Amino acid sequence: MNLQQTGILTKADLVEAVRYPSEERMKKGPVAVCECMQNIPCNPCETSCPFQAIHVGENISNLPKLDEQKCTGCTTCIAACSGLALFVVDKSYSDEVGTVSFPYEYQYSFQIGDKVKAANRAGKCVCEGTIKKIVNTKKSDRTTVVTLEIPIDFVDEVRSIYRQR
Amino acid sequence: MKQCEMLVIGGGPAGLSAAIEAAEAGVQVVIIDANEKAGGQLFKQIHKFFGSSMHRAGTRGIDIGEELLQKCKDLNVEIWLNSLVIGVYDNNVVAVDVKKSLTEHELVKVQTKKIVIATGASENAVKFPGWTLPGVMGAGAAQTMANFHRVLPGKKVLMIGSGNVGLIVSYQLMQAGAEIVGIVEAQPNINGYAVHASKLTREGIPIYTGYTIIEAKGKERVNQAVIGKVNPDWSIVEGSEITLDVDTITIGAGLKPLIGMAYMGGCKLINDRFLGGWAPCHNYNMETTTKNIYVAGDASGVEEANTAIEEGKLCGVSIAESLGYLDSTKAEELKKAIWNRLAGLREGAHGTERTGAKQKQLEEYTKAMEG
Repeated sequence: MNLQQTGILTKADLVEAVRYPSEERMKKGPVAVCECMQNIPCNPCETSCPFQAIHVGENISNLPKLDEQKCTGCTTCIAACSGLALFVVDKSYSDEVGTVSFPYEYQYSFQIGDKVKAANRAGKCVCEGTIKKIVNTKKSDRTTVVTLEIPIDFVDEVRSIYRQR
Repeated sequence: MKQCEMLVIGGGPAGLSAAIEAAEAGVQVVIIDANEKAGGQLFKQIHKFFGSSMHRAGTRGIDIGEELLQKCKDLNVEIWLNSLVIGVYDNNVVAVDVKKSLTEHELVKVQTKKIVIATGASENAVKFPGWTLPGVMGAGAAQTMANFHRVLPGKKVLMIGSGNVGLIVSYQLMQAGAEIVGIVEAQPNINGYAVHASKLTREGIPIYTGYTIIEAKGKERVNQAVIGKVNPDWSIVEGSEITLDVDTITIGAGLKPLIGMAYMGGCKLINDRFLGGWAPCHNYNMETTTKNIYVAGDASGVEEANTAIEEGKLCGVSIAESLGYLDSTKAEELKKAIWNRLAGLREGAHGTERTGAKQKQLEEYTKAMEG
């Protein structure tokens, strides 16, 4: 089964396409992951980046290319991405925990410090996490950017908060 | 008879952009819109748009709608609301049914120099046993209810169709508090952008590719949906049926251009599935084979709001030029820039077929005019 049949992206897909930051870079601090695998005519990731770390180019259907050395993991691109396909991961915290930042456009009542269930790309609850940061600025335009602290082994997998249904 | 220089049928992104571009050059414009508010689909498009910074990428449709309406106001573009164009006649006369109240209508004739057909598109239906039950509706209807009228159409929704409309509307219904039971796609692959699909899958929404809707069950309204796997010959794989508890089934099975007015205006049409069916042929200026009738947006072939805006601008520039408000050098420069932006929007994974179809539409125009 692949992305086009299931809609579920995997880390392996991203690694294979050379679209995942290096382990070495993730250990140095927060860095963006562009989980965008199709040529979509779109470039706000490039124009929003304050450090020119994402390159799309003149043909706006090119896939975004991340310069992981220039990227500071500032998370600006997360809310800018119309496809909600940008994330920031950080494995520099400790050997046990890391963080993942993702866009969140649902109503919520959680606060910083709350424990929540974390969901992977397939919507499965894989671990528990702690809300570290909630950013909702005028610039992010109603797309909340949430940073979740989770066990380090799940940093490459967790991409949202598991919502009770 | 009411007179104007340019009459736009439909105040969606294409119509508003055509009006703004022409009015900026000095053309006197009237927009006729059937709804209580102009803006077309923009006011239900609460998501951030794709495109480039030139296309206001990253801005939500609702905000683009407000900007366009404000510009129209600033430029004194006249907008008739609750008004339905019921006919396009010889010598650029347009008949409008103006709704005065629930029971009162007035028929008004308008004499114009130029007509822009920006009527948009209508949803395709999928017919299956139970499809007329309350609770079965178009994805666009559900989106209008939730995002425009702020009424949730249902709590447990099954979406038929995984095109961008099906995926985006599913996401928005979920944002509004509904549960999406699943998305059914008869094709082996998801039709829309993977990023839209991934927003749903990380919420645990199953996407049933290779499945179709068999039946909607229920008495007063739908309470169950039966889906099943399709064989290559479109028959149902025996024993593959799944029954899902739902209170709403939404159908996102594509759109077709609303071409009634183009047909009435005698515009030559072509049929191409990548345009969504029948659509009027047009030239580089967006003028159809009927002189003085232009077309823009989904009415000229189903695409999306950014391309509709660009096509609308093309109409506006061409009309301003034709009426003598823009010199041809300036107009040509503007048109070239718009065509370049359109080419950019029509690139990528989903753009190649559309580019081909749009090319054919131009060629068919030339053939029709030569023949």
